[in-house]
Amino acid sequence: MRLLTHNMLSSNVKGVVNGFPLRLEASSWVEKEVEFNADFLRSMFPKIDWPALAGAAQKIGYAALPDTADATMLESEDFLKKFHHALLEIHVEEGALVCPESGRRFPINKGIPNMLLNEDEV
Amino acid sequence: MPRPELQAPPEIFYNDTEARKYTTSSRIVEIQARISERALELLNLPDDGVPRLLLDIGCGSGLSGEAMTENGHHWIGYDISQSMLNVAVEREVDGDLLLADMGQGLGLRPGVIDGAISISAVQWLCYADKSSHEPRMRLKAFFGSLYRCLARGARAVLQLYAENMDQSTMILTCAMRAGFGGGVVVDWPHSSKAKKAYIVLTCGPPSAQAWLPKGKGEDGEMCTDSDEDSDDENETVGMYDRSRPRKKMKVNKKGRGRAWVLKKKEQMRKKGNVVPPDTKYTARKRKARF
Ligand SMILES: C[S@@+](CC[C@H](N)C(=O)[O-])C[C@H]1O[C@@H](n2cnc3c(N)ncnc32)[C@H](O)[C@@H]1O
Repeated sequence: MRLLTHNMLSSNVKGVVNGFPLRLEASSWVEKEVEFNADFLRSMFPKIDWPALAGAAQKIGYAALPDTADATMLESEDFLKKFHHALLEIHVEEGALVCPESGRRFPINKGIPNMLLNEDEV
Repeated sequence: MPRPELQAPPEIFYNDTEARKYTTSSRIVEIQARISERALELLNLPDDGVPRLLLDIGCGSGLSGEAMTENGHHWIGYDISQSMLNVAVEREVDGDLLLADMGQGLGLRPGVIDGAISISAVQWLCYADKSSHEPRMRLKAFFGSLYRCLARGARAVLQLYAENMDQSTMILTCAMRAGFGGGVVVDWPHSSKAKKAYIVLTCGPPSAQAWLPKGKGEDGEMCTDSDEDSDDENETVGMYDRSRPRKKMKVNKKGRGRAWVLKKKEQMRKKGNVVPPDTKYTARKRKARF
């Protein structure tokens, strides 16, 4: 799972009002190079929850992202490179996503978060 | 062999053996690739070369995701079968994978997804595999969450194999109730083998929903599967529009009729309920008064 996906996911547990962002616990991750595409980053930027992205990146030791960001920063090549790396090139392999409201843990194995709910959570 | 959907729940049916068999069959690989390519075409994404963030719902081992990767898009795949996802990991697909049940909702933030495809998967929702499963509720959860996560104007294209008309109607009705507009595009409607139905759903104001393409009928490369008819077979069936009043969809005929009422009354009697006797007035329409 990349941070792109983490940034979109929200806890679906019955009764939870604000399930975003899921707290990221990562015990292992890998980096894989992805072709840089500035247009994609610009089109994604308005949809990204920046604090969630910066926070998740920090959890895995990538502290290069600023705490806040606005659209004017998309002019900067340097900013785009870091945004690109955080969003697309870090894959969390093992760990968990934790619902911020209910504390429910969704384990991540082999890079795949298990988002299956129990019957009483639907 | 009965349909897979009648044999076992998807997470059981698609076990390690089946997942491997599925993904190593060159016939299946080819068919799924072709369907996915067509679904992507029906998504009608802007032709500007910008990669998008898409969903593949019931992504399995990633055969359907390949079309999106080849076209440069990023995608998130949902599947309920760990075995299928294991094969996807082995094949090093480029999309992110989630072990999840679409019938529980997609769990995504609102308005963030640029489009969604689902290839040969949504019909599974029509079967109650657990006592707690209610197909309509699961379809509602699925379509509701799909509608919410899509950006306005975005589309979802679902290719599926409904067992009968009731299922397709139930699926479409649930999609419309969730707010989608759109309809069904049928490619190769006259070929039993090559025939494929795509539910094309659009999200947003009716103006954005007017677009519904034609089904394919003549096309050289498809003729491997269907060569019985080479004439123009284009056909688009069913145009549904969100702006149409909802009530009309329900009360389209003259009510259910006498036979239905009698049957229901009989069922109620069997259950031990007190039911008025059947008379010549039973199920008659009331006169319009006032
Ligand atoms: C025929 S396979 C198609 C896989 C892939 N889309 C392809 O084209 O090769 C159907 C897939 O739908 C998945 N599926 C069935 N019910 C599901 C559900 N409720 N949630 C998520 N996936 C489901 C199955 O596990 C299976 O992998």
